[in-house]
Amino acid sequence: MEVLRRYESIVEDFEAFRAACERSLPSVVRVNTLKTTVERAREALAEEDISHEPTDWHDGLLKLPEGDPGSNWPYVQGWLHGQEEVSAVPARVLDPQPGERVWDAAAAPGSKTTQLAALMDDEGLLVATDNNLGRLSALRSNAERLGVTNLAVTNEDARNHSLKPFDGEPYDRALVDVPCSCEGTIRKNPDALEQWTFEHVQGVAGVQKGILRRAIEATREGGTVVYSTCTFAPEENEAVLDHVLEEHPCRLVEVELPLKSRPGVTEWEDETFDPNVRKARRIYPHFNDTGGFFVAKLEVTE
Amino acid sequence: MTDGDQGRKSNVPANDSERFDRLPKTDAEREVPGRPTREAVLDFWTERFGVPPETFDDHTFWERGSGKIWAFCGDLPSPVEIEALGMAFLRTRQEHWKPTLEAVQRFGGHAEKNVIQLSREEARRFLAGEDQEPEWDGDWGYLIVTHDLAGEREPLGVGLYVYDELRSQVPKGRRRDLRD
Repeated sequence: MEVLRRYESIVEDFEAFRAACERSLPSVVRVNTLKTTVERAREALAEEDISHEPTDWHDGLLKLPEGDPGSNWPYVQGWLHGQEEVSAVPARVLDPQPGERVWDAAAAPGSKTTQLAALMDDEGLLVATDNNLGRLSALRSNAERLGVTNLAVTNEDARNHSLKPFDGEPYDRALVDVPCSCEGTIRKNPDALEQWTFEHVQGVAGVQKGILRRAIEATREGGTVVYSTCTFAPEENEAVLDHVLEEHPCRLVEVELPLKSRPGVTEWEDETFDPNVRKARRIYPHFNDTGGFFVAKLEVTE
Repeated sequence: MTDGDQGRKSNVPANDSERFDRLPKTDAEREVPGRPTREAVLDFWTERFGVPPETFDDHTFWERGSGKIWAFCGDLPSPVEIEALGMAFLRTRQEHWKPTLEAVQRFGGHAEKNVIQLSREEARRFLAGEDQEPEWDGDWGYLIVTHDLAGEREPLGVGLYVYDELRSQVPKGRRRDLRD
């Protein structure tokens, strides 16, 4: 928890932030609309006397205050998938449409991938990439359980993602939900900060820049790239955006979020970032009683 | 080296377990001996389960590994060398073809025959991987197992009916014990 002290200057009501980080989160499931409707999923939960409550911004996200969300009939039928509330934000921001070409650049274990497939109504091409075979096997299992069939899975370093198997054509949209220091998952994984080192933050920021660069390259002009992390560290958030805004053909666009959030920060320690990083959004745990999250939307330009 | 076959180059195309090859439309287009055709896959679903061929109009079928058929919504230039393409869908290696649990859950709602409806308690036993002896007057072989959920019939998985017994084919990783 001491690690979080470094954010005292950028987080308002810091003590409430600290207190929220120490509270655990309820289980949340997303209704998989490829296989059922929200109404039927809720009816099936009610049949088993499983109490559940929709979140106020997304009627397909249900909080299950008690029990194992994986041990019930609607889960077995692939109607439900465990997914933390803020984790459902970036796919909504990307807003993929049926029939489009979409890349999920750091996809495993596939909560967001399967959400993208549902938003696409399983139509169009969805490519999911991850460099970790073990985690890809979890992604495949999740995608099959949820009945996704428009998915192509590649095992590679996203920084070198090849379009060759996919006609060499660019994507309409890309989700870059990168590996990060995961500080914002502290409420789910109380040991998330135990391994924290500044060297890791710096190292992973290099990978994040590389993946985001590749996503911008692989997306058509006018297409959309969403960058997200589950960390508070500006080194992994605004600094990464600042880097690509300078080096690559893209611009930040405003994000409308249904959750309370704050703009990206333009100053951190000795650094000043491109003022446009204010268009990114920071979600803190004490704002909406969720995990922490960072999300930004980019348009690919000439 | 005593095996005379080793190193001999064959001109007959073979199945490659490292890549996905689109199934040929018909026997006339087949290049890899023994590879099932799209026509045969559609016939299987129609003849065995009454699932109409147009159910799969948006899907292409692919083989990776001998007899493992995948269904992908869309199309790509064949072959494709990637980790997964669509959904593992059907096993055709044995004499009797066997759909996957995931294929049945996704497409089995269209089935009109060789469908066995289980009670809630029977469905629990099936999901736990147990064999049982429900009432069944129909064919032996692979059946689509359904149960009622939220007011409708839902396809749950694949059972093998032989010798008056329904053998659960739920893969180990998908089994659950939902019994009280």
